[in-house]
Amino acid sequence: MSAPAEPEVDERVEEAADEATLADTPWQTIVWNDPVNLMSYVTYVFQKLFGYDRAKATALMLDVHHKGRATVSSGSREKVEGDVARLHAMGLWATMQRAS
Amino acid sequence: MLRGLMGQVDQMLTGRGAAGSEDELAALTGIRTGPSTPPDDPVLARLLPDFASSSEQDAREVSAALRSVREPELIQAKQAAIATVLATCPAGGGRVELAPAQAEEWLAAVNDVRLALGVALDVSEDMPEQLPADDPRADHLPVYHWLTWLQDSLVTTMLG
Repeated sequence: MSAPAEPEVDERVEEAADEATLADTPWQTIVWNDPVNLMSYVTYVFQKLFGYDRAKATALMLDVHHKGRATVSSGSREKVEGDVARLHAMGLWATMQRAS
Repeated sequence: MLRGLMGQVDQMLTGRGAAGSEDELAALTGIRTGPSTPPDDPVLARLLPDFASSSEQDAREVSAALRSVREPELIQAKQAAIATVLATCPAGGGRVELAPAQAEEWLAAVNDVRLALGVALDVSEDMPEQLPADDPRADHLPVYHWLTWLQDSLVTTMLG
Protein backbone atom coordinates (compact mmCIF):
# COMPACT_ATOMS: atom_id res chain seq x y z
CA MET A 1 0.00 0.00 0.00
CA SER A 2 1.10 3.55 -0.55
CA ALA A 3 0.06 7.00 0.53
CA PRO A 4 -0.36 9.97 -1.78
CA ALA A 5 2.38 12.59 -1.69
CA GLU A 6 1.58 15.29 0.84
CA PRO A 7 0.91 18.70 -0.67
CA GLU A 8 2.69 21.65 0.85
CA VAL A 9 0.39 23.56 3.13
CA ASP A 10 0.66 26.12 5.84
CA GLU A 11 1.16 23.88 8.88
CA ARG A 12 -0.40 26.24 11.39
CA VAL A 13 -3.62 26.42 9.44
CA GLU A 14 -3.73 22.66 9.00
CA GLU A 15 -3.16 21.95 12.68
CA ALA A 16 -6.00 24.24 13.68
CA ALA A 17 -8.28 22.61 11.15
CA ASP A 18 -7.28 19.15 12.38
CA GLU A 19 -8.18 19.98 15.95
CA ALA A 20 -11.57 21.32 14.98
CA THR A 21 -12.47 18.27 12.89
CA LEU A 22 -11.08 15.78 15.40
CA ALA A 23 -13.31 17.15 18.13
CA ASP A 24 -16.36 17.14 15.86
CA THR A 25 -15.74 13.90 14.00
CA PRO A 26 -18.18 11.29 15.21
CA TRP A 27 -17.03 7.88 16.32
CA GLN A 28 -18.23 4.58 14.95
CA THR A 29 -18.90 1.25 16.59
CA ILE A 30 -17.50 -1.58 14.47
CA VAL A 31 -18.51 -5.22 14.93
CA TRP A 32 -16.08 -7.78 13.47
CA ASN A 33 -16.84 -11.23 12.16
CA ASP A 34 -15.75 -14.15 14.30
CA PRO A 35 -16.20 -17.89 13.77
CA VAL A 36 -18.06 -18.57 17.02
CA ASN A 37 -20.93 -16.10 17.49
CA LEU A 38 -24.18 -17.38 15.99
CA MET A 39 -25.91 -15.39 13.28
CA SER A 40 -29.17 -15.58 15.22
CA TYR A 41 -27.50 -14.36 18.39
CA VAL A 42 -25.75 -11.43 16.68
CA THR A 43 -29.10 -10.36 15.18
CA TYR A 44 -30.69 -10.63 18.61
CA VAL A 45 -27.97 -8.49 20.21
CA PHE A 46 -28.35 -5.73 17.58
CA GLN A 47 -32.10 -5.64 18.16
CA LYS A 48 -31.73 -5.69 21.92
CA LEU A 49 -28.93 -3.15 22.37
CA PHE A 50 -29.80 -0.67 19.65
CA GLY A 51 -33.54 -1.12 19.28
CA TYR A 52 -33.19 -1.96 15.58
CA ASP A 53 -36.03 -3.84 13.94
CA ARG A 54 -35.51 -7.39 12.74
CA ALA A 55 -34.80 -6.35 9.13
CA LYS A 56 -32.12 -3.79 10.02
CA ALA A 57 -30.50 -6.06 12.62
CA THR A 58 -30.42 -8.93 10.11
CA ALA A 59 -28.91 -6.73 7.39
CA LEU A 60 -26.14 -5.59 9.76
CA MET A 61 -25.49 -9.17 10.87
CA LEU A 62 -25.15 -10.25 7.22
CA ASP A 63 -22.73 -7.38 6.60
CA VAL A 64 -20.59 -8.60 9.49
CA HIS A 65 -20.79 -12.16 8.19
CA HIS A 66 -20.02 -11.47 4.52
CA LYS A 67 -17.84 -8.35 4.64
CA GLY A 68 -16.04 -9.17 7.85
CA ARG A 69 -17.22 -6.04 9.67
CA ALA A 70 -20.06 -3.55 9.91
CA THR A 71 -20.63 -0.15 11.47
CA VAL A 72 -23.50 -0.72 13.87
CA SER A 73 -23.78 2.68 15.58
CA SER A 74 -22.12 6.07 15.65
CA GLY A 75 -22.08 9.25 17.68
CA SER A 76 -20.02 10.96 20.35
CA ARG A 77 -17.00 9.20 21.74
CA GLU A 78 -18.82 8.61 25.04
CA LYS A 79 -21.83 7.06 23.33
CA VAL A 80 -19.74 4.77 21.15
CA GLU A 81 -17.53 3.80 24.09
CA GLY A 82 -20.67 2.71 25.94
CA ASP A 83 -21.95 0.79 22.91
CA VAL A 84 -18.65 -1.09 22.58
CA ALA A 85 -18.72 -1.94 26.30
CA ARG A 86 -22.28 -3.33 26.01
CA LEU A 87 -21.30 -5.38 22.95
CA HIS A 88 -18.30 -6.78 24.85
CA ALA A 89 -20.61 -7.72 27.71
CA MET A 90 -22.67 -9.72 25.18
CA GLY A 91 -19.54 -11.36 23.78
CA LEU A 92 -19.39 -9.64 20.40
CA TRP A 93 -16.06 -8.54 19.01
CA ALA A 94 -16.47 -4.77 18.77
CA THR A 95 -14.14 -1.81 18.50
CA MET A 96 -14.48 1.96 18.09
CA GLN A 97 -12.88 4.29 15.59
CA ARG A 98 -13.24 7.81 14.25
CA ALA A 99 -15.52 8.12 11.26
CA SER A 100 -13.41 8.63 8.17
CA MET B 1 -21.47 -30.12 32.67
CA LEU B 2 -22.75 -26.61 31.97
CA ARG B 3 -22.11 -25.72 35.60
CA GLY B 4 -18.57 -27.05 35.34
CA LEU B 5 -17.79 -24.98 32.25
CA MET B 6 -19.33 -21.88 33.82
CA GLY B 7 -17.20 -22.46 36.92
CA GLN B 8 -14.03 -22.62 34.85
CA VAL B 9 -14.74 -19.38 33.01
CA ASP B 10 -15.72 -17.78 36.31
CA GLN B 11 -12.36 -18.76 37.81
CA MET B 12 -10.45 -17.33 34.88
CA LEU B 13 -12.33 -14.04 35.21
CA THR B 14 -11.69 -13.98 38.95
CA GLY B 15 -7.98 -14.46 38.29
CA ARG B 16 -7.96 -11.64 35.79
CA GLY B 17 -9.97 -9.39 38.11
CA ALA B 18 -7.44 -9.93 40.88
CA ALA B 19 -4.73 -8.67 38.54
CA GLY B 20 -6.31 -5.21 38.64
CA SER B 21 -4.43 -2.58 40.53
CA GLU B 22 -5.46 -2.38 44.16
CA ASP B 23 -3.68 0.88 44.75
CA GLU B 24 -4.25 3.51 47.42
CA LEU B 25 -6.17 5.79 45.11
CA ALA B 26 -8.59 2.98 44.34
CA ALA B 27 -9.04 2.26 48.04
CA LEU B 28 -9.55 5.96 48.73
CA THR B 29 -11.98 6.73 45.93
CA GLY B 30 -13.68 3.38 45.62
CA ILE B 31 -12.99 3.57 41.88
CA ARG B 32 -11.50 0.31 40.73
CA THR B 33 -9.17 0.31 37.79
CA GLY B 34 -8.07 -2.71 35.83
CA PRO B 35 -4.89 -3.49 33.96
CA SER B 36 -4.22 -1.45 30.81
CA THR B 37 -2.80 -4.33 28.76
CA PRO B 38 -4.84 -7.16 27.22
CA PRO B 39 -4.66 -10.60 28.84
CA ASP B 40 -1.92 -12.92 27.55
CA ASP B 41 -4.30 -15.86 27.70
CA PRO B 42 -6.11 -16.14 24.34
CA VAL B 43 -9.41 -17.17 25.95
CA LEU B 44 -9.42 -14.17 28.30
CA ALA B 45 -8.29 -11.92 25.47
CA ARG B 46 -11.38 -12.98 23.49
CA LEU B 47 -13.71 -12.41 26.44
CA LEU B 48 -12.15 -9.03 27.22
CA PRO B 49 -11.26 -7.49 23.83
CA ASP B 50 -9.54 -4.19 23.07
CA PHE B 51 -11.72 -1.11 22.55
CA ALA B 52 -10.03 0.51 19.58
CA SER B 53 -9.46 -0.85 16.08
CA SER B 54 -5.82 -1.27 15.28
CA SER B 55 -6.43 0.96 12.26
CA GLU B 56 -6.99 3.88 14.61
CA GLN B 57 -3.92 6.12 14.97
CA ASP B 58 -3.79 6.16 18.73
CA ALA B 59 -5.49 2.78 19.09
CA ARG B 60 -3.09 1.50 21.69
CA GLU B 61 -3.56 4.47 23.99
CA VAL B 62 -7.34 4.49 23.60
CA SER B 63 -7.52 0.77 24.26
CA ALA B 64 -5.21 0.94 27.27
CA ALA B 65 -7.10 3.82 28.87
CA LEU B 66 -10.55 2.34 28.27
CA ARG B 67 -9.53 -1.16 29.36
CA SER B 68 -8.25 0.18 32.63
CA VAL B 69 -11.53 2.01 33.27
CA ARG B 70 -13.99 -0.48 31.81
CA GLU B 71 -12.57 -3.95 32.40
CA PRO B 72 -13.55 -4.30 36.08
CA GLU B 73 -17.23 -3.68 35.32
CA LEU B 74 -17.10 -5.96 32.28
CA ILE B 75 -15.70 -8.78 34.41
CA GLN B 76 -18.34 -8.02 37.03
CA ALA B 77 -21.16 -8.22 34.44
CA LYS B 78 -19.87 -11.51 33.03
CA GLN B 79 -19.52 -13.03 36.48
CA ALA B 80 -23.00 -11.84 37.46
CA ALA B 81 -24.41 -13.60 34.39
CA ILE B 82 -22.56 -16.79 35.30
CA ALA B 83 -23.86 -16.53 38.88
CA THR B 84 -27.42 -16.33 37.55
CA VAL B 85 -26.92 -19.51 35.52
CA LEU B 86 -25.40 -21.31 38.49
CA ALA B 87 -28.29 -20.18 40.69
CA THR B 88 -31.03 -21.22 38.26
CA CYS B 89 -29.54 -24.34 36.67
CA PRO B 90 -30.33 -27.37 38.86
CA ALA B 91 -27.18 -29.35 39.63
CA GLY B 92 -28.96 -32.61 38.87
CA GLY B 93 -30.46 -31.37 35.62
CA GLY B 94 -34.14 -30.92 34.92
CA ARG B 95 -36.56 -28.25 33.85
CA VAL B 96 -35.45 -24.61 34.02
CA GLU B 97 -37.89 -21.71 33.97
CA LEU B 98 -36.45 -18.26 33.53
CA ALA B 99 -37.68 -14.69 33.78
CA PRO B 100 -36.75 -12.59 30.71
CA ALA B 101 -33.91 -10.81 32.53
CA GLN B 102 -32.52 -14.15 33.69
CA ALA B 103 -32.76 -15.56 30.17
CA GLU B 104 -30.68 -12.64 28.91
CA GLU B 105 -27.99 -13.44 31.44
CA TRP B 106 -28.12 -17.08 30.33
CA LEU B 107 -27.57 -15.96 26.75
CA ALA B 108 -24.55 -13.85 27.68
CA ALA B 109 -23.03 -16.52 29.93
CA VAL B 110 -23.61 -19.44 27.55
CA ASN B 111 -22.14 -17.34 24.78
CA ASP B 112 -19.04 -16.61 26.86
CA VAL B 113 -18.55 -20.31 27.51
CA ARG B 114 -18.94 -20.99 23.78
CA LEU B 115 -16.39 -18.27 23.02
CA ALA B 116 -13.98 -19.74 25.56
CA LEU B 117 -14.37 -23.26 24.18
CA GLY B 118 -14.25 -21.92 20.61
CA VAL B 119 -10.84 -20.37 21.27
CA ALA B 120 -9.60 -23.44 23.12
CA LEU B 121 -10.69 -25.74 20.27
CA ASP B 122 -9.57 -23.30 17.57
CA VAL B 123 -13.03 -23.36 16.01
CA SER B 124 -13.36 -22.14 12.43
CA GLU B 125 -16.43 -21.15 10.41
CA ASP B 126 -16.52 -24.48 8.62
CA MET B 127 -16.00 -26.67 11.67
CA PRO B 128 -17.24 -30.21 10.88
CA GLU B 129 -19.79 -32.00 13.02
CA GLN B 130 -17.13 -34.50 13.97
CA LEU B 131 -13.36 -34.43 13.94
CA PRO B 132 -11.18 -37.45 13.14
CA ALA B 133 -10.80 -39.65 16.21
CA ASP B 134 -7.07 -38.95 16.41
CA ASP B 135 -7.66 -35.20 16.68
CA PRO B 136 -7.07 -34.20 20.32
CA ARG B 137 -10.11 -31.90 20.10
CA ALA B 138 -12.47 -34.66 18.96
CA ASP B 139 -13.77 -35.46 22.46
CA HIS B 140 -14.61 -31.84 23.26
CA LEU B 141 -16.27 -30.83 20.02
CA PRO B 142 -19.66 -32.40 20.88
CA VAL B 143 -19.77 -30.16 23.96
CA TYR B 144 -19.25 -27.15 21.75
CA HIS B 145 -21.99 -28.28 19.38
CA TRP B 146 -24.31 -28.86 22.32
CA LEU B 147 -23.66 -25.30 23.55
CA THR B 148 -24.41 -24.05 20.04
CA TRP B 149 -27.75 -25.86 20.10
CA LEU B 150 -28.52 -24.48 23.57
CA GLN B 151 -27.61 -20.94 22.57
CA ASP B 152 -29.62 -21.08 19.36
CA SER B 153 -32.64 -22.43 21.24
CA LEU B 154 -32.39 -19.62 23.77
CA VAL B 155 -32.13 -16.98 21.04
CA THR B 156 -35.08 -18.41 19.15
CA THR B 157 -37.15 -18.33 22.32
CA MET B 158 -36.10 -14.75 23.12
CA LEU B 159 -36.85 -13.49 19.60
CA GLY B 160 -40.24 -15.16 19.93
